Amino acid sequence: MFYREAGDFKTSYVDDSQTFPIRFDRYRYYAVLMVAFAVIPFFVDSYWANAILVPFLIYAIAAIGLNILTGYCGQVSLGTGGFMAVGAYSCYKLMTAFPDVSIILHVIAAGFITAAVGVLFGLPSLRIKGFYLAVATLAAQFFLVWLFNKVPWFYNYSASGQISAPERTVFGIAVTGPNTEAWAKYLVCLLFVMVLAWVARNLTRGTIGRSWMAIRDMDIAAEIIGVNPLKAKLTAFAVSSFYIGIAGALFFAVYLGAVEVGEAFGIQKSFLILFMVIIGGLGSIFGSFAGAAFLVLLPVLLKNVLVGTLGWPTDLAAHIELMIVGALIIVFLIAEPHGLAQLWRIGKEKLRLWPFPH
Amino acid sequence: MMPDQFLFAVEVMINGLMAGVLYALVALGFVLIFKASGIFNYAQGVLALFAALTLVGLQEGQIPFAHLINATLGTDVHHFGWQMPAILAILLTVGVMILLAIAIERFILKHLVNQEPIILFMATIGLAYFLEGFGDVMWGADVKTLDVGLPQGASLWVEEKSAVLGGEGFYGFFVDKLDIVAALVAAVLVISLTLFSQYSKQGRALRAVADDHQAALSVGISLRFIWVLVWSIAGFVALVAGIMWGAKSGVQFSLSLIALKALPVLMLGGFTSIPGAIVGGLIIGVGEKLFEFTIGPMIGGATENWFAYVLALIFLVFRPQGLFGEKIIERV
Repeated sequence: MFYREAGDFKTSYVDDSQTFPIRFDRYRYYAVLMVAFAVIPFFVDSYWANAILVPFLIYAIAAIGLNILTGYCGQVSLGTGGFMAVGAYSCYKLMTAFPDVSIILHVIAAGFITAAVGVLFGLPSLRIKGFYLAVATLAAQFFLVWLFNKVPWFYNYSASGQISAPERTVFGIAVTGPNTEAWAKYLVCLLFVMVLAWVARNLTRGTIGRSWMAIRDMDIAAEIIGVNPLKAKLTAFAVSSFYIGIAGALFFAVYLGAVEVGEAFGIQKSFLILFMVIIGGLGSIFGSFAGAAFLVLLPVLLKNVLVGTLGWPTDLAAHIELMIVGALIIVFLIAEPHGLAQLWRIGKEKLRLWPFPH
Repeated sequence: MMPDQFLFAVEVMINGLMAGVLYALVALGFVLIFKASGIFNYAQGVLALFAALTLVGLQEGQIPFAHLINATLGTDVHHFGWQMPAILAILLTVGVMILLAIAIERFILKHLVNQEPIILFMATIGLAYFLEGFGDVMWGADVKTLDVGLPQGASLWVEEKSAVLGGEGFYGFFVDKLDIVAALVAAVLVISLTLFSQYSKQGRALRAVADDHQAALSVGISLRFIWVLVWSIAGFVALVAGIMWGAKSGVQFSLSLIALKALPVLMLGGFTSIPGAIVGGLIIGVGEKLFEFTIGPMIGGATENWFAYVLALIFLVFRPQGLFGEKIIERV
């Protein structure tokens, strides 16, 4: 009744190949954009922006990036934290080296630098597969974090070993540094998310996305039908790292403002983003958003309930939180291995008939 | 008489070998589970942490969940007030690990039969998170000292015997007694596991399952029993690793991170080979210590964090199945 694919006739190729060919999806997309751009910025306060919205948007970018690599191309990576660190540090170096260039360009450039690093660490994927590759990407994780810790050039020889973002403006409004308004942070991240998610959706629908999926489903068969594995795997690594690098740059410059590499981009971050992708749904852009939202909201919610309502000590609450997150991951995998995206698909099936039985 | 520099390098190498034995102990648990169920068990390190926590808790007579009880009921309880003999505590901990294995099979693995390997892998990460929180809630998160009566300190015997190698001012190699014990225990463990899997009925069933799940099922081997068995053995190996690491550096959260150190060992040795885990452990242990000793000072030190991974990565490019792993045959 509410979700109908039928009866939605297209009269031109442009109509047929648009990003959301189904009318309901399209209107929903416009409605979400309306709320995100025109409503939330007027109501967002500093708590909501810093605790929920900005981390959600940034993790969504990172999750889309990892989803491209793991969900679409089938290459499991545990190096996400390391690649985010590359994005953050290259953004920092660019910001301090060229203070007059727009921060937006710096973030994009940081994405390209990360893409190059990602291709470098993706090279072994041509020889190594499966879990061996997953462990091999840990080499990237540990090596990169070590590098940013040990080479003072990366943090401009600062005494604390931290990097902190100087104030930069877009159209005269501060978006990094300590004086940034909550809505400015939010809008910058939202802008990146919107463009990147749109690009990701169209990439994965097109030739390149199909070649990734062919490699994922069976690499040898894909090679036989003429997909170039070298090209497919390395482009997946490049695009994925580009997204993750941008997420890292935003995470550092806009969200935290100052980071210490081992703490912000450690192995835990890699696992967190992998969880987002798995819980959200492998091979789904919507799933990346859902997974990011779930894992950003869950700790906030648990903390509010355990510490705020029950009044337990914070360390006990932190341990219980670990238990609940772990148990939820297992429950999720057992109940719905295809993640939240699959629940959404089932929901759409239901909406097609509802409220009628047939 | 040999030059001092060379002797230092030898000492570093010996200590590397000993560290390698400890890595190999953790890697062994991985290999067992991977062989029998194709599950890449990320929780192995946390299993070691949990086993060590339980051991210390039982030995010291801590009341489980004391922190939680105190927070919810407003009481103030901590200890039962007894001191359990080490051997009894170890036996009880083995019992707990077996119960844990049964619970894991019952609540997780049973429901995930026939899922993709990545899903199973993620489930073990979830398990690792859960167990980490569970262990902390049950026994408290403070650093504990583990003392089951293992010898500690430098081995005087090795020092005296090796002192003659060097000249004036050389006092012999410094080798921790605990490391020697660990090496012996690892050797015994590997030999008994090999004997078990070669000659006992259960061991043969285990190998049959590792070979082919379906065929094993069709000749009447209970998959569920084998999984409980394997996870129990892995829990036992984790306990041994937990005792060794715990006695060396205290029982604390960082213990669960040794699992990450065991991964390059696995890659080097191959995921499916028990001797591979041992040899890989030794190569990684010696390699990273020697690298830190020779190249480390030039590039800022602390190379042990990543050297093992990079070594394994470079190695894998030339031999994708590891040293002793089964040849990867792909069919379309």
